[in-house]
Amino acid sequence: MMIWAVFAVMTGAAIFALLWPLSRVSAPGFADTADARSLYRSQLGEIDRDMARGLLATEEADAARAEAGRRLLRAAGDEVSPPGETEPSLRRRRASSALMLSLVPILALLVYGTYGSPDTPDQPLAARLAKAGPQQDFAVVFARMEAHLAAHPTDTKGWSLIAPIYLRQGRYDDAANAFASALRYGKPDPELLAGLGEARTLAADGVVTASAREAFSEATKLDPGNPRARYYLALAQEQDGDEPGAVASLKNLLAGSPPDAAWTAAVRDRLARMESAAGRDAIAALPDGAREEAIRGMVDGLAERLDAGGGTLAEWSRLIRARSVLGQKAQALQAVKTARERLAQDAAAVAAIGALAQELGLKEATP
Amino acid sequence: MIVEIGHYALALALGVSVIQALVPLWGLSRQDRALASVGASAALISFALVALAFACLVASYVRSDFSVANVFENSHSAQPLIYKFTSVWGNHEGSLLLWVFILTLFGALVALSRRSLPPRLRAGALATQGLVAVAFLAFTLLTSNPFRRLSPAPAEGQDLNPILQDLGLAIHPPLLYVGYVGFSMTYAFAVAALIDGRIDAMWARAVRPWTLLAWTFLTLGIAMGSYWAYYELGWGGWWFWDPVENASFMPWLAGTALIHSLVVMEKRDALKVWTILLAILTFSLSLLGTFVVRSGVLTSVHSFASDPARGLFILLILVFFVGGSLALFAWRAPLLRQGGLFAPISRESALVVNNIFLATACATVFVGTLYPLALEMLTGDKISVGAPFFNATFVPVVVPLLLFLPIGQSLAWKRGDLLGAAQRNLAACGLAVLAALALIAFTRGGPVLAPLGVGLGLFLVLGAGFDLGERIVARASGWPAMLSRARGLPRSAWGTALAHAGIGLSIIGIAAAAWSSEAIAVLKPGERLTAGRYTVVLESVVPRTGPNFRAEVARFQLFAGDRELAPVEASKRVYTARSMPTTEAGIRTDWLSQAYVSLGEAQGDGLAVRLYDKPLILLIWIGALVMAIGGTLSLTDRRFRLAAPRRAAPLAAPQPAE
Repeated sequence: MMIWAVFAVMTGAAIFALLWPLSRVSAPGFADTADARSLYRSQLGEIDRDMARGLLATEEADAARAEAGRRLLRAAGDEVSPPGETEPSLRRRRASSALMLSLVPILALLVYGTYGSPDTPDQPLAARLAKAGPQQDFAVVFARMEAHLAAHPTDTKGWSLIAPIYLRQGRYDDAANAFASALRYGKPDPELLAGLGEARTLAADGVVTASAREAFSEATKLDPGNPRARYYLALAQEQDGDEPGAVASLKNLLAGSPPDAAWTAAVRDRLARMESAAGRDAIAALPDGAREEAIRGMVDGLAERLDAGGGTLAEWSRLIRARSVLGQKAQALQAVKTARERLAQDAAAVAAIGALAQELGLKEATP
Repeated sequence: MIVEIGHYALALALGVSVIQALVPLWGLSRQDRALASVGASAALISFALVALAFACLVASYVRSDFSVANVFENSHSAQPLIYKFTSVWGNHEGSLLLWVFILTLFGALVALSRRSLPPRLRAGALATQGLVAVAFLAFTLLTSNPFRRLSPAPAEGQDLNPILQDLGLAIHPPLLYVGYVGFSMTYAFAVAALIDGRIDAMWARAVRPWTLLAWTFLTLGIAMGSYWAYYELGWGGWWFWDPVENASFMPWLAGTALIHSLVVMEKRDALKVWTILLAILTFSLSLLGTFVVRSGVLTSVHSFASDPARGLFILLILVFFVGGSLALFAWRAPLLRQGGLFAPISRESALVVNNIFLATACATVFVGTLYPLALEMLTGDKISVGAPFFNATFVPVVVPLLLFLPIGQSLAWKRGDLLGAAQRNLAACGLAVLAALALIAFTRGGPVLAPLGVGLGLFLVLGAGFDLGERIVARASGWPAMLSRARGLPRSAWGTALAHAGIGLSIIGIAAAAWSSEAIAVLKPGERLTAGRYTVVLESVVPRTGPNFRAEVARFQLFAGDRELAPVEASKRVYTARSMPTTEAGIRTDWLSQAYVSLGEAQGDGLAVRLYDKPLILLIWIGALVMAIGGTLSLTDRRFRLAAPRRAAPLAAPQPAE
């Protein structure tokens, strides 16, 4: 609030200073002629000086004097009698006062309101560094830690503290470097090794590289139950094409871990995705006839589920598309109709269904 | 709170500038002195506000407040204090704030010079200036806000571009901006005069000191920029005909022409249309320079962070101010009354010739600078217009101008005697030719143009000296008479002579560049390298740590022939925050010449070293300095203190009661 008071004072002072000249009774005479007259008079003197220095011949000096004299006369003739304190002049002053009182604060507030950050305090570095305890500035602490580590590269504890922070910030190369430094100067530690592997994996866009796998293997050697290392090793198996092996490893990991562990959700999710992918692949592997049968079965299953009630736009769209591709036109139309009824509240969804029907060439019998 | 106060002050200044642009104009059209006088107080207030904003930004930099985006992007807590300070304008946003700061400073100065400026002209000029301020304040606030905040604040800044971490940054931009912005003042006066329809000798006299001031600072700014490029960029060149340099050189040429045509206008009330046009064009060229440098059309050290939105904004400003003033000019210029007469051969005509040549020279630079840009925009072809183009076009225009300069300088007003003037310069010319011939004989086999250039420079210096000498010596006998004549000579005469001699000195320095030589070699400690008169011996290479950089420093012993000079150090630095390398040349000044050592890459266990012998190179900048001193002297001429000496002047005609 304090800052708005300061702004108010600034605005007030500026406007007051603007209004000031309007409050004075103006001296009459608003023309440049007085100065012009003095200029031409001094020019006459200058001509004499130039002549004395030989810069001007006598004849030319006479002509120049005549010219300056003519200008002097003209300047005197230009004098306009100024209007005094008349009614219109007072009205003009009032109008311009109103303009100042409104325009200046409005413009300032408009611009400052758009671009200013009145709630952000100053944060000079010295003050931030001086702060201690819980109000400490994370960025400053972090920068100080980095500086400390740059000066003391053998501080294993510091490295192992900063590494996970790098990892969370997405600075994977820095994280890998920090984990590696912690390991280089300290005892081998499964958590750090697993972290190193994870940082290397994430730095490689999720590919468990040979060096990452090495780190994970080291970790499992020290601690066979390390969940992070086991998870990534399973990922490595999958990436090598050994999907059944990967699924087995993950199941194994789940079985051996407490159900409330934070990471089980991630493992389950991964497992579910791998299994559904495996199912798709299994169908693809069937002979032609059997494959169609299997697909029909799946589609019918979906239809049954949707008929029972509910269903999202995505599910309905999948069903309609599947029916249409399988050549079951009547059933596709039926699905379109039911979907419209079910999704009636959602105008966008209805429109999407319509567009899909159009795209698939499903013409409804006009009611 | 300091940051936000600065931001608000800038926003408030925008509002005040709008008032400054509108109300005095209304007062002018209604002959209302009270309304017109609002311009002066508005100018003072907006100066105070912008100065406050500037001080707040400086405070944020000095205190390393990285919650300000601009500070974060261009400063580092480990920088020495002086660079924390200069970082303020070492970037686009901050330098724009400096621009506006100087703009409002000029406005405040005009507002305060109540005695030397006619009231109507002052009101009109302040209104125009207010309009320029509105445009640039809006540009700063809307597209390039230096007070943008970051939350959370980063712990460390990204450091200033290392090339800019130099004392040159403390000097070059402020000087250059005073020059550029000073020309906005002459522009404002021109527009005010066009609006009011009063353009006469009075106007010329009121405007001349402002023009001289701007010109003096622009001269210093360009010279400083050139010297900075010379020692910082590490390849020993001092002028590259780079578009950015040309952008500052064009207003200088136009401003030089303007100074000269103003003289004619003041004396004879002639050349009005041309002078007004020049005043408009000079500032337009300044604006064009700003546009070219800031819009991202070009890339260079100067083009900081360029952004198309900003480019468009500046283009709009450019179109508005240039187009608007030219339209006003087209409408009003035909109404001007014809002024006094002068013969075809006279000082006035000589000044007209000067203007023709300078305008042509400016046009060649304009074409050489903008043609490649236009071509690239239209066809996508990149062509490079460099020294060869300018040597072929600019030099042939300037050489006759310079040859003619001493003669024009000694012509009489109104009607002169060409033969007499030529005769008066015969001695100077003869001496210069002799010197050139002696140099040709002495440096046989060397470049032919260099002695001729030196001769030309000498001609200018001697011509200026003889002209002064003649005025002091002629017809006076004895020292006391001469001394009193010297004292009686107006300061502007001294200024003219100095400025012209300064050009001569610069020309000598430029011509002598043809004798410079360079040598490159890979040196191991103990090995030597010779270029021209200088020999260096590599002593040692040692690492060194600065506040925010690491450097490899090479120490050299330096010999000029058999004479041993003080040792010289050259280094390569790496600034840690941006991990960007720079080279710091080692320069040893030997009278007016310099030995210049710069380092290249390390090769094996040796170091690539480049040594230059730069004879008389300092004269280039000394000449500019002398020109600026001349400008300053003219500026202090008593004629410009209009109202003050009115009663003291003994020669003035008796004054009737007013």
